[in-house]
Amino acid sequence: MGYVLEGKSGNWEVVCGLEIHAQVISESKLFSGARAAYGGAPNSQVSFVDAGFPGMLPVINRECVAQAVRTGLGLAAQINLFSRFDRKNYFYADLPNGYQISQFAHPIVGTGTVEIELQDGTLKNIGITRLHLEQDAGKSMHEQHPGKSVIDLNRAGVALMEIVSEPDIRSPEEAGAYLRKIRQILRYLGTCDGNMEEGSMRADVNVSVRKPGEDFRTRCEIKNVNSVRFVMHAVEAEALRQIALWEAGEEVRQETRLYDQARGETRSMRSKEDAHDYRYFPDPDLLPLVLAEDDIAQWKSKLPELPDAKRRRFCAEYGISFYDAGVLTAEQAMADFYETVARGRDARLAASWVTGDFFAAMNRSGATLENPPVSAAHLGGLLDLISDATINGRIAKDVFEEMLESGKAADAIVATKGLRQVTDTSAIDAAVASVLALNADKVTEYKSGKDKLFGFFVGQVMKALAGKGNPALVNEAVKRLLG
Amino acid sequence: MSLEPATVRRIAKLARIRVEDDEIAPLQTQLNAMLDYVAQLGGVDITGVEPLSGGAQMAMRLREDTMCDGAIAEQILANAPDRAGEFFAVPKVIE
Amino acid sequence: MSLTHLSIKDAAAALAARKISAVELTQAHNNAIAALNPRLNAYITTTPEPALAQAQAADARIAQGNAGPLTGIPLAIKDLFCTAGVRTTAASKMLDPFIPPYESTVTAQLLAAGAVFLGKANLDEFAMGSSNMSSAYGPVENPWKRAGSDAKLVPGGSSGGSAAALAARLCLGATGTDTGGSIRQPAAFTGTTGIKPTYGRCSRYGVVAFASSLDQAGPMARSVEDCAILLGAMAGFDAKDSTSAQRPVPDFQASLARGVRGLRIGIPAEYSVAGMSDEISRLWQKGIGWLREQGAEIIDVSLPHTHYGLPAYYIVASAEASSNLARYDGVRFGARVGGEDLIDMYERTRAAGFGAEVKRRIMIGTYVLSAGYYDAYYLRAQKVRNLILRDFTQVFDKVDALLTPSAPTAAFGFGEQMNDPITMYLNDVFTVPASLAGVPAMSVPAGLNAQGLPLGLQIIAKHFDEEMVFTVAAALERAAAFSHLPTVRAA
Ligand SMILES: [Mg+2]
Ligand SMILES: [Zn+2]
Repeated sequence: MGYVLEGKSGNWEVVCGLEIHAQVISESKLFSGARAAYGGAPNSQVSFVDAGFPGMLPVINRECVAQAVRTGLGLAAQINLFSRFDRKNYFYADLPNGYQISQFAHPIVGTGTVEIELQDGTLKNIGITRLHLEQDAGKSMHEQHPGKSVIDLNRAGVALMEIVSEPDIRSPEEAGAYLRKIRQILRYLGTCDGNMEEGSMRADVNVSVRKPGEDFRTRCEIKNVNSVRFVMHAVEAEALRQIALWEAGEEVRQETRLYDQARGETRSMRSKEDAHDYRYFPDPDLLPLVLAEDDIAQWKSKLPELPDAKRRRFCAEYGISFYDAGVLTAEQAMADFYETVARGRDARLAASWVTGDFFAAMNRSGATLENPPVSAAHLGGLLDLISDATINGRIAKDVFEEMLESGKAADAIVATKGLRQVTDTSAIDAAVASVLALNADKVTEYKSGKDKLFGFFVGQVMKALAGKGNPALVNEAVKRLLG
Repeated sequence: MSLEPATVRRIAKLARIRVEDDEIAPLQTQLNAMLDYVAQLGGVDITGVEPLSGGAQMAMRLREDTMCDGAIAEQILANAPDRAGEFFAVPKVIE
Repeated sequence: MSLTHLSIKDAAAALAARKISAVELTQAHNNAIAALNPRLNAYITTTPEPALAQAQAADARIAQGNAGPLTGIPLAIKDLFCTAGVRTTAASKMLDPFIPPYESTVTAQLLAAGAVFLGKANLDEFAMGSSNMSSAYGPVENPWKRAGSDAKLVPGGSSGGSAAALAARLCLGATGTDTGGSIRQPAAFTGTTGIKPTYGRCSRYGVVAFASSLDQAGPMARSVEDCAILLGAMAGFDAKDSTSAQRPVPDFQASLARGVRGLRIGIPAEYSVAGMSDEISRLWQKGIGWLREQGAEIIDVSLPHTHYGLPAYYIVASAEASSNLARYDGVRFGARVGGEDLIDMYERTRAAGFGAEVKRRIMIGTYVLSAGYYDAYYLRAQKVRNLILRDFTQVFDKVDALLTPSAPTAAFGFGEQMNDPITMYLNDVFTVPASLAGVPAMSVPAGLNAQGLPLGLQIIAKHFDEEMVFTVAAALERAAAFSHLPTVRAA
């Protein structure tokens, strides 16, 4: 019953696979000691190696290899003890050597799997074909200068992981969920920052369409799509374009296309039109990359708990819903925050506070988890006061607001403002008696069957107690004194 | 295997070397002579032989991830045939 | 004896004893270059002033008593080694304006050892050739002449400028690079000595690449001992080259006096190729005799795939070159020819910047890697390369070293062998197999042919056994006692 597109000739199925380019987090570049981080003045993060100067040679960065292996492990993938670097030969102004060093025949990581979750809660596995390491190119800019294109090589040579999926994706939603899931795993692993605006992650989207039950038809590759939303749009737009072609009796031509964000459509890339013959061959400046089982075991032993495992553990350990666990494990920092709040406390109460008032406060203030509006320790302190009945839930909301403003701990606020909850039954009884006396008419109505007024009495009593009454005790007293 | 003029042009295009019309015929002759010469490799029994791609018989050394290069923009740009400020400049590309 | 005729060893001793100064020694060479280089064209760029400054520094260093093994020794540097602040052309118009801001590891080590650089020696363009005729800076004339003839002869290639400068006494030692024979063949053509070390022995960092899996830097000199001294300074592990071997550098000089008694010397049957001149055959036999007389055991061996070395080499080297030379695109360095768009600019730049031989090799290399032809050419050649390596590995179980001729002919004339590239390629038939296998090999002058031209013999040993090469080479050198001088030479 999955996602189908209706054409004049009936239903069509979308077939999609993604090639995600993820920038590896490392100090220096894949084959040189120049700075890898985004930014910097033009050509200020370039070594002679990156600029392809005569006689310059690549030397591989151990950390980039480790990051690729960690990522492979995070994708439950085969790690290849033997891999090799090949040259992909083509001329472009921002490709200094006239070739990109990549891994063609022998990638460092083989097949793996990723589990995605759809809106309706369905889980689905997407196959990973491979992950390989390669160099990024520089940046050509065509608008900076009236008569020329200009080149900045800062990115040239930065390590990328290209993660290739199987053509298992069947809808824009699955494509989006897959990209988000990869991003989440890489961020957990600390192997890529996932920053799509800065280009740390971008996707080549392969799309074809077919009638249900058919073999694959010709696909097109949409290059360098740089947001989840655009990937989803691109899949749909390209599928519709292809359906229109097939239904008009035309052929879909295998080609490289661009996603035009402004028009919401894909178009053929003129500059990539001339048929490519990349002439891959083993890079003779490099030797085979041979990994020891020991190295891999060491990297594996230091892997963090990954989102799927963490989510399932949260359900089991904290008794929270699968949905809430998903929300709370979306980011490593989020999960850490929640666990600090929940550990040794009422974990469900913690989940409802974190996903409720805390998230709302984050959204209002635009704060991040590195600098949260309320620290996990302070939020935990607030929950402690609720659990040991020092304050009630109603007052807790006020205390929380006060915490946001003053940055003070909950117990200090409760102490200075006298917000401790009233549990003295004689004081509560007195407050109830006075409310009932003042509302004799309503007492009569209640007694003649208007049950709903019970809440009114409770509310009035709480008001009389300045909100600090213990709700259970107040309820009990109202019920008792109403007789 | 013998190269046609069209193949000579295609190779020149791939290699980004401009070839004038009157250069095609002599190039075709020379390249074909080279291909004829290397064709004798067809007579070698290579069954079960692994390709040898490098001169060094060892595995690759991995360097530590330290930032120790770059920040030499002026030197990087110093030999450029054309530049625009801190950038290399090339004829305008239309994508 | 004239300063320009000294060996490196004797010059170093004279410098250390303060009998001569480095400035005098350098000035003598500067003068010789000024007199003869306009004719021989052995140097593309000469650097007399910086050389004198280096010589002054060398004298100061000697005076302080902390001289290195090469302090004050004037060398020619093949113009394929990048030298900081000194134009490096690779003998190509493409790099005519190129001034590297960095120093190759090999030349940096030579400078650290105290050497004086006289200039940048001529070569075949991008080291592609066996005659030095393909240099964009004009051919190099071999200082040797056929008896009774003034015809210009080639010095061999690609390190032809280094070889000619050595023979004509325009330097005491030189750097070369050898991809398929570019040190050994010019050494043989000029009566000089040169060793291609094991692949990985000398760093390739800062050496303009021709074919990365084959390129190896090495020394050229007028004696085996001088080569040993130079190699000691040039060799060593370099973290900037992934293919550099992490091994200690042995004391090569120590291996010279060892003698060949008891060594097993292999004579590979396949090196008796059709068309090899009687003179070369006779010289080879002579060499065998010398080693036998000195107590070596001579063993006939077979390297069955020798014959396939040359075609495999042309595929592998051209394929790598086609990719290595893609960086010469007129964007970041070198010459540019403008065009109407980016692709047109590339095509015009590369058409104008590369000479005919370089273009041919780039095109063949492009073809053998292209879709549909990779398996038939490149992959097959790599497999044959493995068979050639296997030949050597197996034979070195039986023998300690191999003795072969260095080249199938003596130096030939300008314009000879130029009709088709294949004839030219045959010059490397004896040197290419060792290059493909990565094993060390050396050429030593062993005699003259009937026309009075020098001929060389080649010694090959197993990986990282340069000491064995030097031992056998020194024994041959002693027996041959080659003391002939070329016609054109400094006083
Ligand atoms: Mg791709
Ligand atoms: Zn890629």
